[in-house]
Amino acid sequence: MAPLDRKLWRDLRRLWAQVLAIAVVLACGVMVLVLAQGAHRSLLETREAYYERNRFADLFAQATRAPRALLPEIAALPGVAQVEARIAATVLLDMPDMVEPAMARVLSLPPGGAVLNLPVLRQGRLPDPDRPEEVAVSENFAAAHGLVPGDGFRALLDGQIRTLRVTGLLLSPEFIYAFGPDTMMPDDRRFGIVWMGEAAAASAFDLQGAFNDLTLRLAAGADAAPVLAALDRLLEPYGGTGAHGRDRQISHVFLESELSQLEAMAVILPPVFFVISAFLVNMVLGRMIALERPVIGLLKAVGYPTRAIALHYLKLAALVGVAGVALGWAAGILLGQGLTALYAGFFRFPWLIYAPGAAAFAVSGMIGLATTVAGALRGVFAAVRLPPAVAMAPPAPPRFSRGLVDVLGRALALRQTTMMILRSITRWPGRAAVTLFGVVAAVAMLVSTLFTFDAMQAMIDEVFSLGNRQQVTLALARPGGLGAVEEALALPGVLAAEGAFGVPVRISHGSHGRLIALEARPEASALVRVIDAGGRPASLPPDGVVLSEGIARDLGVRPGDRLTVELLAPPREVHDLPVTAVIRQSLGQQIYMAEQALFALMRRPPQVNRLNLLVDPLELPALHAQVKATPGLAGITVWSDVRAKFDATLEQNLSMMTVIYAALGILMTAGVVYNAARIQLAERAHELASLRVLGFSRGEVAYVLVGEIMLLAVAAIPLGWLLGRAVAGVVARGFSTEMVTIPLVILPPTYATAGLIALGAALGAALAVRRRLDAIDIVSALKARE
Amino acid sequence: MSHPRAVFRTEGITKVYDTGAVQVHALRGVDLALNEGELVVLLGASGSGKSTLLNILGGLDRPTAGRVFFRERELTRASEAELTRFRRDHVGFVFQFYNLVPSLTARENVALVTEIARAPLRPEEALARVGLAHRLDHFPAELSGGEQQRVAIARAIAKRPEVLLCDEPTGALDSAAGVQVLEALVAVNEEMGAATAIITHNQATRRIAHRVLVLADGRLVREEVNDTRLAPAEVHW
Ligand SMILES: Nc1ncnc2c1ncn2[C@@H]1O[C@H](COP(=O)(O)OP(=O)(O)OP(=O)(O)O)[C@@H](O)[C@H]1O
Ligand SMILES: [Mg+2]
Repeated sequence: MAPLDRKLWRDLRRLWAQVLAIAVVLACGVMVLVLAQGAHRSLLETREAYYERNRFADLFAQATRAPRALLPEIAALPGVAQVEARIAATVLLDMPDMVEPAMARVLSLPPGGAVLNLPVLRQGRLPDPDRPEEVAVSENFAAAHGLVPGDGFRALLDGQIRTLRVTGLLLSPEFIYAFGPDTMMPDDRRFGIVWMGEAAAASAFDLQGAFNDLTLRLAAGADAAPVLAALDRLLEPYGGTGAHGRDRQISHVFLESELSQLEAMAVILPPVFFVISAFLVNMVLGRMIALERPVIGLLKAVGYPTRAIALHYLKLAALVGVAGVALGWAAGILLGQGLTALYAGFFRFPWLIYAPGAAAFAVSGMIGLATTVAGALRGVFAAVRLPPAVAMAPPAPPRFSRGLVDVLGRALALRQTTMMILRSITRWPGRAAVTLFGVVAAVAMLVSTLFTFDAMQAMIDEVFSLGNRQQVTLALARPGGLGAVEEALALPGVLAAEGAFGVPVRISHGSHGRLIALEARPEASALVRVIDAGGRPASLPPDGVVLSEGIARDLGVRPGDRLTVELLAPPREVHDLPVTAVIRQSLGQQIYMAEQALFALMRRPPQVNRLNLLVDPLELPALHAQVKATPGLAGITVWSDVRAKFDATLEQNLSMMTVIYAALGILMTAGVVYNAARIQLAERAHELASLRVLGFSRGEVAYVLVGEIMLLAVAAIPLGWLLGRAVAGVVARGFSTEMVTIPLVILPPTYATAGLIALGAALGAALAVRRRLDAIDIVSALKARE
Repeated sequence: MSHPRAVFRTEGITKVYDTGAVQVHALRGVDLALNEGELVVLLGASGSGKSTLLNILGGLDRPTAGRVFFRERELTRASEAELTRFRRDHVGFVFQFYNLVPSLTARENVALVTEIARAPLRPEEALARVGLAHRLDHFPAELSGGEQQRVAIARAIAKRPEVLLCDEPTGALDSAAGVQVLEALVAVNEEMGAATAIITHNQATRRIAHRVLVLADGRLVREEVNDTRLAPAEVHW
């Protein structure tokens, strides 16, 4: 082995801990990039493949009752490739293992088999079209109830209680993300999909020869707009509620929203983090090599060409780089698969394609190596430029200058060891800045990820404590008069009841328009309230429409502007209404109007199709039992259950992300601090040993080294908080989607946690170096200078 | 010195460095005493074990065998923490390469020690004793070698040590600066009564001592007592 290579090995053996620490910091950056991109791309590819193979429809429309005779005309519309008409309804189920009713979306299966939205048969067989009691159910619903083919359960179908028998378990591209009305969160126990034969569905819902749900697939390249317009025109006489594309299909929208959050996670944080880690690696490696200055001088003096010397150190840097990149890739792939699987479990995919983009690997690998090599070269060339004699000589004693530190020292009567710390920081501000920046970055990263818990909690509070104070919401199968509210009061345990009326509308302002649900409520509703922009519950203005901040922004309207509102229910009129308020709504999308105002527009007596109830909790079982047997009810939402599910799901989803980022914060802080301390120790061993000669104890000497690091770490924390808050703002915006607005809420415990994690990591790393300091032999350290 | 009382006493100390392949016998059984108020010069060829001996006396190192007493205390039985305490309270060191903390001024370098000592001089006073009253706020890099060494001496004496151990204190200095340093050491020895041991390669320096000890190959080979001492300025280099 050439002498230089032998030196390389010895250096590696000596510096392995530092090399590893730098590699780990780099690995963190590489890992985040690979991880987030990998999960995002995998889910995207999986979804695209699933949609394609199972022919997920492009367009969707609902109606009250449209004759099948209409279908040839629809199929003949230019641009339409395939059409499937179905019967769909939301119903209540009486599951043997549940006190409260469950809900299901019932869908008819065409006798010849589905042509669109092909369900995937996971177990058993499809129901026999000639046996009306046979159904297939969604796999997750079955799993949640332990249902297997052959099992039965009861359903309230259009007012009649029927026993249904399970023949098979299915998954469907229409329900990758499946949840019932109101809940916003998949709950496999309380909501499922039930597929039944077309004839059975037609007779159950009294829709013989008719359909109420339509899905279409467009020919390649066809424009959706004219088809949508034609569908609206054709379905209008039959109670059409507005045709729409995938952008209003609930599962697709939520999936899209999750994917865009993942993408934000892949696009915002990792590059920032990667750049930071690359910068730190570059700085630390440069300093490590600066320590080699005398050796470089010597090598030059004995005649090694600059190239050979540079190559020697490049090998070291490349080793760090390769180790860091490899570690990062491995961790990124591993965690990427984990994260993908986590999401996949949350969504309902029949299979997964793990497709970590090659780009993330290539970019992270190249930049990772480049940073380490550039850092090393910087150090090498700084040393190579010096004449060998100068390089070999011990560096000239550093010149310190008098300044603020002296004033401070005198005023506070600081100890000399403290003065050493302060002078060291002010003499080498760049060096201190790297350590500072390392900790700032880690704290910022922790704040900007941990805050999601606070944001989610704020959102949950807003939805469940401020907004929705009702405990139970009942959905009526058909709208009824205000008498329904009176009837609800007679149900067991009901203390108060309020009605609400939901109707689909098309709203537009200028060129922006969209299909959306409008909900009418009593003006001074006590149970269900909107939250004003200041976060306080508010009552609905007596006239005009109320929009959420998100929708208002999308449409470009403000209070006082006018909005075109097309009611998609009889008498199907278009109105020009003022926007009277803009409210805060983190979750879900709908617009509001006062009950009286809406029914005045519709020129009919007030109606309700939802009932919000305040219930004596002790009477809930009795209420459940009654609801299961009450015809005319299509759904029930128990808000405490929704909240529990919400909490649990968020907990699960956020905790993995949080663990990952907390680990990154720890590794990054520890890596930077460990290296800073090791380098300091190498540079100052002599000075510190001479303190031991003077009779300073190990602890007192360690104070000089550990104290400096911890002072920087402590100073870094508030800066980290500030930066973290700024990044959190970007994250909140990036993560907000059409369905979910992430509020920028950061609570004190989050700041504290981020600070403590970083401090702990810094202290741990500094103490690891202290062990080396303690082990220094005084006599040989003193000799080293000579 | 009618009743010499020993500050240090050693009994047959040996020091063996085990460097794997070879064993280096740096000290091969040294018995000596260093008395109160005494100024001793240690002479000997390079590698004869002078520094090793001084480091052991000062509690920076431990002998392989033998015993070292500081007054009644046996240093060879002291724990790490006790040795630290011992150095802090009783010993002043001066090395060839001053070992000042570069980030602290002259005054602060001395204060470094006075802050942890029991009954120290004021830093200004210690510096005045070595003739540096006018250089209080200079950083080491702003001082000449001789001045730096005198700061080191001021730092060593500021704790009012009972012993002052100096390993080639003039080794890096020219003769004029060397004389100033030796003058400072002699003055401190006389005024403060600290037992002082000075290692030197300069044969002429022997004339300033009360007693001269000569080491060769790890053994004490000769002891001379000076009936008449010279002042440092009278010594010819
Ligand atoms: N850490 C060590 N490991 C191995 N051998 C050592 C070590 N320290 C000193 N020695 C050896 O011990 C012997 C005595 O060394 P010491 O430093 O005491 O000599 P010295 O008399 O002070 O010499 P000089 O006048 O050159 O300073 C020498 O042979 C030296 O090589
Ligand atoms: Mg020596």
